[in-house]
Amino acid sequence: MDVRVQMSMVFHLDKCIGCHTCSLACKNIWTDRKGTEYMWWNNVETKPGTGYPTGWEDQEKYHGGWELKDGKLGLRSTSKTQTVFNIFHNPNQPSMDDYYEPWTYDYQNLFNAPEGSDQPTAVPLSMVTGDLIQIKAGPNWDDDMGGSPVYAESDPNLAALNPDQKAQMFAIERLMFFYLPRICNHCLNPSCVASCPSGALHKRGEDGIVLVDQKRCRGWRACIAACPYKKMYYNWQTGKSEKCVLCYPRLETGQAPACFHSCVGRIRYLGVILYDADRIHEVASLPEDQLIEGQRSLILDPRDPVVIAGARQNGIHDAVVEAACKSPTYRFVKDWKMALPLHAEFRTLPMLFYVPPMAPVMAHKSETALENNSEDLFADIEEARAPIEYLASMFGTKHTGKVRYALRKQKAVRWYRRAITVGDVDMPTAERMLREADCTPAEAEAIYRLTSLCSFEERFVIPPMHREQAIEMLEDPLEHKQGVGFGFMDGPRRGL
Amino acid sequence: MSNLSTYFNALFFIALPYAALVLFFLIGIRRYLRRGFTYSSLSSQFLENKQHFWALMPFHYGIITVLTVHIAAFLIPRQVEWWGRVPARLWFMEIGMLAAGLLTLAGLVAAMVRRKVNRKIAVVTSAADWIILVLLLLQIVSGLGVAILHPWGSSWFSIAVTPYLWSIVKLDPNIALVAVMPALVKYHIINAFLIIAFFPFTRLVHILVMPNPYLWRRPQVVRWYRRPQAARG
Repeated sequence: MDVRVQMSMVFHLDKCIGCHTCSLACKNIWTDRKGTEYMWWNNVETKPGTGYPTGWEDQEKYHGGWELKDGKLGLRSTSKTQTVFNIFHNPNQPSMDDYYEPWTYDYQNLFNAPEGSDQPTAVPLSMVTGDLIQIKAGPNWDDDMGGSPVYAESDPNLAALNPDQKAQMFAIERLMFFYLPRICNHCLNPSCVASCPSGALHKRGEDGIVLVDQKRCRGWRACIAACPYKKMYYNWQTGKSEKCVLCYPRLETGQAPACFHSCVGRIRYLGVILYDADRIHEVASLPEDQLIEGQRSLILDPRDPVVIAGARQNGIHDAVVEAACKSPTYRFVKDWKMALPLHAEFRTLPMLFYVPPMAPVMAHKSETALENNSEDLFADIEEARAPIEYLASMFGTKHTGKVRYALRKQKAVRWYRRAITVGDVDMPTAERMLREADCTPAEAEAIYRLTSLCSFEERFVIPPMHREQAIEMLEDPLEHKQGVGFGFMDGPRRGL
Repeated sequence: MSNLSTYFNALFFIALPYAALVLFFLIGIRRYLRRGFTYSSLSSQFLENKQHFWALMPFHYGIITVLTVHIAAFLIPRQVEWWGRVPARLWFMEIGMLAAGLLTLAGLVAAMVRRKVNRKIAVVTSAADWIILVLLLLQIVSGLGVAILHPWGSSWFSIAVTPYLWSIVKLDPNIALVAVMPALVKYHIINAFLIIAFFPFTRLVHILVMPNPYLWRRPQVVRWYRRPQAARG
């Protein structure tokens, strides 16, 4: 057993209101520089929808992530041989057209336009060339476009549905959508790291954050094709790749990452987990239907004396183990099994987990009151507007079991709390639901508390980062605002 | 030999090579140490994906072939000369190199057109890019000229040019053999040293940081910032 630490996240999709505050908080801190305008290290997508970059989930198009070839784990398009031969031109690298061309507006014209009979306008200007452009796409161009034949119907996950289910999803008055906020998953088996020809991409041993060493990066771009989540971005100005850094300078000073901190719906949870690094390869090579269970089994119990001894042996500070015991991620993923990885079939072992969304609630058979006298108390999960197969395509490697379990538990907790606070559900029914959802009253209370009443300290359990022992102690991350962005002390001036 | 041509030969075949090599190493190393960030391929594939393929693929594969044979003739001249002793092998070498040269030329011209025509690419094109592109164009055109007008280069290079190049390396320049070369060959050599001199000021430095440890390392890279050892698999 090789015990390591991973900073791990949970996004509770049932709480996301799609306000994009997270995206803007991130952009203001990290990607307000030339060459990064098009990057959204944090973005919020509407599902069903095509996402950003367009259709990123479709690996038949982008060829990212890992796959099993004859039982052997290998990168889909960025193996060493492929990378060497594709180094001059990578056929699987998305171009700016797959994202969007960033633009600003000619605001100066509003002040400087000569006097005339028309109101002056601010025309859109490309942030790459400075030319007048026609805006054709943006980072959340399909925002709220559930039901749209252009966007929603092109969602790669719809392939998992039969024609009836698909028709149901797009029927008038049954349209549905939900939001999917995405950041780097800081995977345990990152394909970007494995593909990097320069060895610039690496995982920090101390907290598992995946970073690009900007000085070592040579712009070979294999990572961009390799990341199946398309969370590696190419800075066209500096000729280097960049990615979400999980606001590590903030974490090192005990603050939550900007997107977590600013989250209006309080959907985000952050905490360390301990995992067994010796089993990464074994778990990533499991058959598809065992991947999620395998990934859960990688996560170790921080209260287990054997694990604690292993952690000490690897130089993990006791304070970190203590933080792992309080980790909300551990509770959602391991204790309650409500949070699931996004597209585990990419085999990168993502460390960002999602609680699948319950919404929207179905209108019930009875017009005036909620029906709860059905023998199957969870009927509306099966009959929900979002077919469970659709959610399973994202969160269950196309197997519905884990998603159903998470949704049933959410519903049982709701009804249990409803029995206590509203009283229109009788307690025996609520308790029967808890039993059927594999939950106890105590667990339901804990889930309720961490979902609804969670304080800042409960949502973000950040261990002391021991900055006194860490690198870059004397560097001020704000010194080069709009200049460097992150990493080092001299300006990121482009080479000739 | 007139005084003028002696002066000319000393300038271009002794002074220029040493100036070029000093610049190459001095600026190259200094840039790596002081401004290592600027070592990048500066790829523009992200901004334009289609012409990129037709320009960059032929150029790189062509120039790698041509350069490999040049370097082979420099490092293992006897073997290269031996290869050319059988006419069929010599013809194979001549035609193969000419084809690679033409491939390089086609790719380079396509790359220059792409940089000129595409507005987005123009944004990431510097003066140094144009200088090195023009130098490379002159080098490839003069090289193709040599291949056509003064054939069997794979054999005479090993006998005539390699000793000169080694004399430069050994700090004992002997220009007797290059001094009598045809003008086009002379130009090809001079332009080569100009490229070497300009090399560390341009994006060509990406050649120096070609990935290689990558080929033998384990897939995952972990860096421990608080431990003495830099990396652990």
